[in-house]
Amino acid sequence: MERTKPQLNIHVQGWLLALPAVVLLATFTHVPAVSTIIDSFFSTPHGRRPAVFIGLDQYRTMLADPIFWLALKNNLLYALITVPIAIGLALAMALWVNGRIKGRAALRLAFFTPTILPMVAAANIWLFFYTPDYGLLNQIGRLFGFASVNWLGSSATALPALMAVTIWKEAGFFMIFFLAALQQVPPVLYEAARMENARRWLTFRRITWPLIMPTTLFVAINALINAFRVVDQVIAMTGGGPNNATTLLLFYVYQVAFSFWDTAYAAALSTVLLSVLAIIAILQFFMLDRKIHYR
Amino acid sequence: MNRFARLTLAATLAASFLGGASATEITFYYPIAVGGPITKVVDGYAAEFSKAHPDITVKPVYTGSYQDSIVKAMTAAKAGNAPDVAVLLSTDMFTLIDNDLIEPYDAIAKSDGDQAWIKSFYPAFMENSQAEGHTWGIPFQRSTIVQYWNKDAFKAAGLDPEKPPTTWDEMVAFGKKLTKHDASGAVTQWGLEIPSSGFPYWLFQALTTQNGAILANQAGTKVAYNDPKVVEAAQFFADLSQKYEVMPKGIIDWGTTPKDFFEGKTAMMWTTTGNLTNVRNNAKFAFGVAAMPSKVRGGSPTGGGNIYIFKNSDKAKVAAALEFARFLSTPERAADWGIATGYVATRPDAWEIEAMKKYAADFPPAVVARDQLKDAVAELSTHENQRVTKALNDALQAILTGAKPAQAALDEAQAEANRILASYQH
Amino acid sequence: MSGRLTKLISTITVWLFALIWALPLLYGIWAAFHPSAFATNFDLFAPLTWKNFERAWTAAPFARYFLNTVLLVLGIMAAQFVICTLAAFGLSRWKFFGAELLFALILVQLMVTPDVLILENYRTLQNLNLIDTLTGVGLPYVASAFGIFLLRQNFKSIPKELDDAARVEGANTLQTIWRLYLPLARPVYVAYGLVSVSYHWNNFLWPLIVTNSVETRPLTVGLQVFASVDQGIDWSVICAAALMTSAPLMIAFLLFQRAFIQSFLRAGIR
Repeated sequence: MERTKPQLNIHVQGWLLALPAVVLLATFTHVPAVSTIIDSFFSTPHGRRPAVFIGLDQYRTMLADPIFWLALKNNLLYALITVPIAIGLALAMALWVNGRIKGRAALRLAFFTPTILPMVAAANIWLFFYTPDYGLLNQIGRLFGFASVNWLGSSATALPALMAVTIWKEAGFFMIFFLAALQQVPPVLYEAARMENARRWLTFRRITWPLIMPTTLFVAINALINAFRVVDQVIAMTGGGPNNATTLLLFYVYQVAFSFWDTAYAAALSTVLLSVLAIIAILQFFMLDRKIHYR
Repeated sequence: MNRFARLTLAATLAASFLGGASATEITFYYPIAVGGPITKVVDGYAAEFSKAHPDITVKPVYTGSYQDSIVKAMTAAKAGNAPDVAVLLSTDMFTLIDNDLIEPYDAIAKSDGDQAWIKSFYPAFMENSQAEGHTWGIPFQRSTIVQYWNKDAFKAAGLDPEKPPTTWDEMVAFGKKLTKHDASGAVTQWGLEIPSSGFPYWLFQALTTQNGAILANQAGTKVAYNDPKVVEAAQFFADLSQKYEVMPKGIIDWGTTPKDFFEGKTAMMWTTTGNLTNVRNNAKFAFGVAAMPSKVRGGSPTGGGNIYIFKNSDKAKVAAALEFARFLSTPERAADWGIATGYVATRPDAWEIEAMKKYAADFPPAVVARDQLKDAVAELSTHENQRVTKALNDALQAILTGAKPAQAALDEAQAEANRILASYQH
Repeated sequence: MSGRLTKLISTITVWLFALIWALPLLYGIWAAFHPSAFATNFDLFAPLTWKNFERAWTAAPFARYFLNTVLLVLGIMAAQFVICTLAAFGLSRWKFFGAELLFALILVQLMVTPDVLILENYRTLQNLNLIDTLTGVGLPYVASAFGIFLLRQNFKSIPKELDDAARVEGANTLQTIWRLYLPLARPVYVAYGLVSVSYHWNNFLWPLIVTNSVETRPLTVGLQVFASVDQGIDWSVICAAALMTSAPLMIAFLLFQRAFIQSFLRAGIR
């Protein structure tokens, strides 16, 4: 009997402390996620026509909507290409900056600065960078005898051009995580490797890589989530064009919701986005070592 | 009901003029996007208006591009704080009507003077301002597409610098002479740029008009995207870069086209007459402005923004908004705005204002767009406008980037538009 | 000998790579500090100018945008500190009923950030009558899963004995947090604060949707509105505006590089 009172007290106090956060999180994350899914089974209300239950009709529309498929494909490509490249470059940067190289601070600065720029600002500078003919990229290309490329104006290059911006912006950020991981590798291990005259590649493969594996996975998951939330540069640079070549999922949701006001269809699209994120979450929690970063 | 509304309106007006009530504040959304002086001009108008009407305060809100502005206005309206008056694309009319957001002018402006005011604008501009027997928009910053040409480049290419192309064939022929290559074969100067980013349908509509096609019916319920003449125009649009090679390949950015023209990257460009002042200030060479070339006829769609008045249960705000709309569209202000921006002064009597006469005499290109109005057609506008024009935009970009042939792309666009518009066709 | 050569080659490669990385930014800086005519012509002797900044500054109400952004990021940070501290304390110290599940639910927000649910969140704000307010821009981010997670991890590492000692001295929960946990976790707060400020300084989509007027528009949205011109682009002015909006963060970063990087590290790895 003596012990129940403080126990209860802890339960109440615990919930009281968490309450503001719980209410806000429920309001802006859990409840809207659920109501988005519910909304996707209704029609879009129009003027005096209220929303009616239409079952899977929105999803049928979606399956027949070539723009949705394109957005999904673009987004998958975006993830599959930007994530490994950004991680690879981030690791390379971290190894360079971690080693004994002249002007480490300046290098780190060059790599990390893109991270703190607002994406919209960076996008506007990159727009200029990509401008056909007199943009810097084409001016440099011309020095080497390449013809001018309309980077953002042709379907083949527009998406890769956006990917480059993302990689540029994110690699420096991920570099930081790798730097931290590298600094935690016990120097003894490297010394041992040196004693045995191991080659650098071997040292990397046998010592560094396994030890930074948890970081790599952590970064990969984060990069993956980010890849499905890309939207700033699409709005600022291409508006999804040409011919939807750069339309990504979240941008399409934005367009359908806030330009077409087809709110129910936007809900169905958001549900797809939520499912993708859920899959990533499952990947993270069940397939990877849970102990890595969340304990 | 109507009489009651009128009475309340008169009463609130009277009350506000007597100065008894507190000042009415109205929010005014406007897109323009030349930066600098232009926002100042609008702020100046608002201040001037408030001076003349001490009981009304106008709060101008600059909302970015047209595209951004309609999104903002709709978003704000859905949240229950719509602007009271806004300049939005004339083509947004059906969207605004369908969402029950705007007041028809004929319902709130009923005096003889008001009626005369509604009739005082160029009829070409009113085509995009009237539907279902009502007038929903008052022309403010209206334009047509015109061609700009670099006279120095014409001279250098052995062309008569005073003679712009007047037909499609001439345009191609001139373009070929004007397209210059360097030793490696790379192009250093293009003959022509017709922008195709953002809203390619508008520039394309000039081509369809010249080819004798009309893209949509007046009621905004049907489009003719795969009409043979439209397909032919689209093919020509693509041929300019792909076959005749007088225009850069791929999508040409609307925003950088004037810069390309200043930099001598292109010898001719198509863009809005609203760019006139910008070109005048920045072109370091002699340039000319001409009406569109013709195929079976000349002509261009009109473009640009109208003034809309948003519904509001507060009649004082509606009345104040109407007063402001009238203020913005007086001949003096229409002339002043035209001179400041290059947009076409929206009513014939504006061109009789002394300042305008002087401007037109000093700078003859200013009258080109006005004179083209006789050949102008209404800009493509339908119900579900954003989606229906997106179908065409996507098709055009697919054609221009070589992803799809013209016929197939436009057939698809037509099918998509039919699907979207089905519920509006009875 | 050849070892030295490889080293030289690799150093040069790294430096070239860094140069490429810096290029877009350097290019933006070039354009911003030179007259428009030189934006695309590289002439070492081109005259330097502040004109582009002046023009950008006067062409749009950037001063107001700055104010909005500063208010926004500081407001969010302060609210996050309070709300996340409370939740993190409860979650790290007491095994109260449902704590595990609650923490798992909180972590959902790491995936499903408020901008993924723009439409529903927009409606919620509409019902709360918070559209076009700075509160509305900030509110969905105030209860940050990331913040709670970070602080919880750190609080856990604080020995419980200190708690008990404080309690013996008669401090209640809030006093314990204030006197004990806050000072001990200071570096984490600095780290979290920096990450939060740079995230919200740069946030775009959500404020784009929520704000309608100059009085609420943050810098990123203001910049986009400014740059999306219908009548033609002047690159120099746009580059100037872009640099201007990023300047405070960049300068802060240059001055406190080490602290910044340490902070991002601390925030990322635990």
